Amino acid sequence: MAEKIRAAIIGPGNIGTDLLMKAMRSELIEPVWMVGVDPESPGLARAKEMGMKVTSEGVDGMLPTMREDGVQICFDATSAYVHAENSRKVNEQGALMIDLTPAAIGPFCIPPVNLSDAVAEKCMNVNMVTCGGQATIPMVAAVSRVQSVSYGEIVATVSSKSVGPGTRKNIDEFTRTTAGAVEKVGGARQGKAIIVINPAEPPLIMRDTIHCLTDDEPDQEAIRKSVDDMVAEVQKYVPGYRLKNGPVFDGNRVSMFMEVEGLGDFLPKYAGNLDIMTAAGLRTAEMFAEEILAGRFSPSAA
Amino acid sequence: MDIQGKKVVLHDMCLRDGMHAKRHQISLDEMVSIASGLDEAGMPLIEVTHGDGLGGSSVNYGFPAHSDEEYLKAVIGAVKNAKISALLLPGIGTVDHLKMAADLGVSTIRVATHCTEADVSEQHIGMASEMGLDTVGFLMMTHMIGAEEIVEQAKLMESYGANCIYCTDSAGYMLPDQVQERIALLRSELKPETELGFHAHHNLSLGVTNSLVAIEHGANRIDGSVAGLGAGAGNTPLEVLVAVLDRMGADHGIDLYKIMDVAEDRVTPIMDHPIRIDRDSLTLGYAGVYSSFLLFAKRAEAKYGVSARDILVELGRRRTVGGQEDMIEDLALDMAKERGLL
Repeated sequence: MAEKIRAAIIGPGNIGTDLLMKAMRSELIEPVWMVGVDPESPGLARAKEMGMKVTSEGVDGMLPTMREDGVQICFDATSAYVHAENSRKVNEQGALMIDLTPAAIGPFCIPPVNLSDAVAEKCMNVNMVTCGGQATIPMVAAVSRVQSVSYGEIVATVSSKSVGPGTRKNIDEFTRTTAGAVEKVGGARQGKAIIVINPAEPPLIMRDTIHCLTDDEPDQEAIRKSVDDMVAEVQKYVPGYRLKNGPVFDGNRVSMFMEVEGLGDFLPKYAGNLDIMTAAGLRTAEMFAEEILAGRFSPSAA
Repeated sequence: MDIQGKKVVLHDMCLRDGMHAKRHQISLDEMVSIASGLDEAGMPLIEVTHGDGLGGSSVNYGFPAHSDEEYLKAVIGAVKNAKISALLLPGIGTVDHLKMAADLGVSTIRVATHCTEADVSEQHIGMASEMGLDTVGFLMMTHMIGAEEIVEQAKLMESYGANCIYCTDSAGYMLPDQVQERIALLRSELKPETELGFHAHHNLSLGVTNSLVAIEHGANRIDGSVAGLGAGAGNTPLEVLVAVLDRMGADHGIDLYKIMDVAEDRVTPIMDHPIRIDRDSLTLGYAGVYSSFLLFAKRAEAKYGVSARDILVELGRRRTVGGQEDMIEDLALDMAKERGLL
């Protein structure tokens, strides 16, 4: 078996467990640790059954042995409140951190758009933005790489069941962070993000609308091709990422209507919003792993 | 029905809900003229915001002629007695917008969520209430769930600090019995000091009737809009409601002739189309669809050749909620493809 890079997942909740299931299939990542804070956590029990080392004492429970266990990449699927501390601790042990919380202390990473930059810069912390950002920013970038976009707007509609209490308590964080990344990563001069939560049963599959306003008349042919190429890039790690309709051209407006169905590993298929986060996180880890294995990057304490 | 002597606070919507019907293009002069007229007629509360609330300016909902800030400044500077409110939908607007509105001098913040999603409003209601604003929790599309569930959600908003809860018939779908059941249960389950409001759309011509039922069963704040200027077939036409309240002896504090004149002389002339129950707005009320979808569905009909009524019925069947305007073009494209029109 080819050599793999060992990884730890912090946070044994729905996201962490789904990520673990995806990582078990990876050819580049070998998950070895699951870190929690509650000894009764069903997620920790599941991870243990799957052969992981586990601790219920938080990151501190893993720190003493993580170097000898060879952990070089950590995923944080806890909350923005504890992320900075978690990141500092694992960085000190020479592991890079992939942040699935909204803390965003490291640069935003949308794999098909700017992952190679993060890898080239040898970042020790990268942030996966938001679910809505992962689903939509590739499309904004697909337009902005063809011609300049003065304004990019995304509307993410997600099922009520797929929105956890953390997101609900601070929904402004979603709109702000996503809008910021539409600008910084998507390449729109001004970004706007909207999230709508729908409680319908059966739960609806995540859907996303992306509107771009271009400075000049849209080059329809070039944008169509760019969008198709970008969809194919995202499909490499989220096979259920679909362009349902569009691009629709209306004056300087370019609109894409997407649907994101998850793989249904641990999370239900409708929760494409959560699946695209775990898949993008893993994709990011794999790109770093390739660099590490090729000897081009050696994560280390600053 | 006896509502003799009951105190009712009326809240005008034509400069917020009416923004939907005007594609958010009301001019500053028109706003000031209507607000001053309402002020003189004794209207205690006037809402001024983008139709989709603070921060609603977007491709999805429509770019307004002016920013929320410009509208609020102009109106707050022009009224003498009336208080001004602003609407905020978490997921669209943020606490930054809320602070801006508070700094400009609004007295009331209304935080609106879909009727099952009250827990996204905690930070906004909490902040408005801490700032000492009149803080309203505004539950939308309440026809979609039962009275007990509405009470649960209302209690969440109450616990975050809302001093008033609205039961909102965003689709203009509710029958009088449904209004009665919801308002009566809310009244008996919420704290006695929590105010209770009702917001109607006139899609089934029940705006006035349902508002009376709400008052009878314990609502003390009622939304409406002068000349009915609002989404769908409009809101409860306020000048009509005032006339009825007058005859029933309710205590509303509005000068009937003055508000009639505002309706006739200032609001009706700015309408882009007659606000009436046409087949599409009737469909909203019949199928239980968010009223501001109306003009989007009409535009999709014009562009893709699928009837607005068919689009609206399908949106109802899929149980879409407020804010999903982006579904309309997407769905129209699907339907046009299925029918071989594209």
